[in-house]
Amino acid sequence: MATRNAAEAAQGLRLVAPPLTYAVVMLAIPLLTILAYSFFKDGYLTVIREFTLENYRAVWADPIFHKIMTRSLLVAALVTLVTVLLAFPVAYFLSFVVPPSHKALWIFLITIPFWTSYLIRVFLWKVILGYNGVVNSGLKSIGLIDQPLSFLLYNTSSIVMTLAHAYAPFAILPIYVALEKIDRSLLEAGRDLGESRAMTFWRVTLPLAMPGVLAAVLIVFIPTIGDYVTPTLIGGGKIPMIANMIQSQMLDQDNRPMGSALAVTAMLIVAVLSVLFLLLNRRFLRVRQ
Amino acid sequence: MTFSADRKPMIECRQVHKHYGDYHALRGIDLTIRAGEFFSLLGPSGCGKTTLLRTIAGFEEISSGVVLVDGKDMSNVPANVRPTNMVFQSYAIFPHLTVAQNVGFGLRRDPRSSAEKARAVEEALEMVGLKGYGKRAAHALSGGQRQRVALARALILKPKVLLLDEPLSALDRKMREQMQVELIKLQRQVGITFVLVTHDQEEALVMSDRIAVMFEGEIAQLAHPEALYARPASRRVADFIGLMNFLPVSITGESDAAVTADVPGFGRVDIPMSNVSRANPGDSGPSAGFRPEAMTLLGVNAPPAERETGGVIDEVVYYGDMTYYDVRLDGSDRPVRISMRNVFGRDIADVGTRTRVSWAPGSLVLFR
Repeated sequence: MATRNAAEAAQGLRLVAPPLTYAVVMLAIPLLTILAYSFFKDGYLTVIREFTLENYRAVWADPIFHKIMTRSLLVAALVTLVTVLLAFPVAYFLSFVVPPSHKALWIFLITIPFWTSYLIRVFLWKVILGYNGVVNSGLKSIGLIDQPLSFLLYNTSSIVMTLAHAYAPFAILPIYVALEKIDRSLLEAGRDLGESRAMTFWRVTLPLAMPGVLAAVLIVFIPTIGDYVTPTLIGGGKIPMIANMIQSQMLDQDNRPMGSALAVTAMLIVAVLSVLFLLLNRRFLRVRQ
Repeated sequence: MTFSADRKPMIECRQVHKHYGDYHALRGIDLTIRAGEFFSLLGPSGCGKTTLLRTIAGFEEISSGVVLVDGKDMSNVPANVRPTNMVFQSYAIFPHLTVAQNVGFGLRRDPRSSAEKARAVEEALEMVGLKGYGKRAAHALSGGQRQRVALARALILKPKVLLLDEPLSALDRKMREQMQVELIKLQRQVGITFVLVTHDQEEALVMSDRIAVMFEGEIAQLAHPEALYARPASRRVADFIGLMNFLPVSITGESDAAVTADVPGFGRVDIPMSNVSRANPGDSGPSAGFRPEAMTLLGVNAPPAERETGGVIDEVVYYGDMTYYDVRLDGSDRPVRISMRNVFGRDIADVGTRTRVSWAPGSLVLFR
């Protein structure tokens, strides 16, 4: 038995070796490079390979970093809240209302936005919300406004709107999967034991859907913190987030060690927050169905 | 075992129909289940037994007809306010709750203090043999334990009717037989009306006061277990309940009391009217049936029996406590199955040997 397991393990290892190598090369090496850079000194237009903690000291002391990191976290939190709150009813509808024969079609429809590039979708929001955009010209043509509304674009709420739209499928799918896994007789049992539909949802459906909700929160929260395109285009550069700050250090100011230190710090903050979030919600993750 | 008919009706179904689109799942069910009765709905899958149970629970709306529980019309009464509770086939134990939280799930609006509720939960667990299991996680339970939790969770609410949807089908044989006995005891102890859905005829015979056999959305026979087994109302019921031998017969006469028929291997037999049932629509002609244990193989030296026939043993199947013999009776070309208990001192007969068979006329059922 042991030899067979060993043989199977060896075979499995051979199977995963190519993608594993690829993943290590493409993910770990750039990460390690960034990590290494963050401890080097910056010479003008060059990097001096001497160990220092000065970059991190500078990052933590920088009030601009504090402001931008806080903004990134707040925007990401807001985007997550909006996305997950809007995604839940969609996932619920998909799981409980749509007949099984139509579910594949619905999932297909939900993922259609992925057919166009993220950049183009963000540009489309600019077209919709812009000074001469769809909303403004529409409102003008029906005579509700004389002058285009300038508060639609280039602010936090437009960033949140754009990101929430872009990440909606990422939130809908894990919640949908969690809802699909719920044994429907559990809901009947809830009703049978005297609870109304609403109370059954609260006491049975929601707790059992929590693993999906938690997954959706992390899947939306983590990438939106580091989003670069939307704050640049929709924020108009006036509301930079942490990715914009890193880009500016790396390229505009050619301070790669500082940019790397910023990136590593942001990564650490996100990692710590994610772990804390999971620890706080671990009772929901223990459920095995 | 017989159930007194003077108890008040607990569940009444009157001309209950259920359509799913074109499919007619329940075709005019008329049924009265009495208070305190252990009642079974028995039938093959797709016969409508589960649908009927779910209409009583309130999970399915009926297309027409009336369902009354304790004299009260249940139309427009949603499942959560009906005086019924259900043990689901999958047990439907909430995986995110502990055993105690599962059992206490229905007590949320109970006005008692939380200490009293906790005591009630502990008592319910004790009743089903799970004392001290309250703090365990639901997913750590075995199949039998889940079933007990499901029972405790329903019984703690003191329903007027407990509905059980194939509650034992997921258990292994030993566990199933043990739970059958426990369920009977439990039902006697709490005195609640139990309605059991099962496709296992043995289970229904063991547990029930009365059984309704269902085929294709209709009740084919409603009777006490003994009556159902000894005098099936149709050949189809006879086929479904236990094993029965069928022999083609020709009917030669009929009086008010009995039908006379020529039964191959038995000669001319008067079958009492109480043992005359319906044949299947597709049968080629009338047939006589008897159970394997209704005949007895006689030893070579046994004294002559009142009614006796002979035959050759075609096959011997040994089951430990029982032996099944396939015997080709004289004057019949089709072997019949006869079972004998393996009592101490009785030898197992050999294949190919001649044997004497004694029989009683009351054990034959005529299907015409």
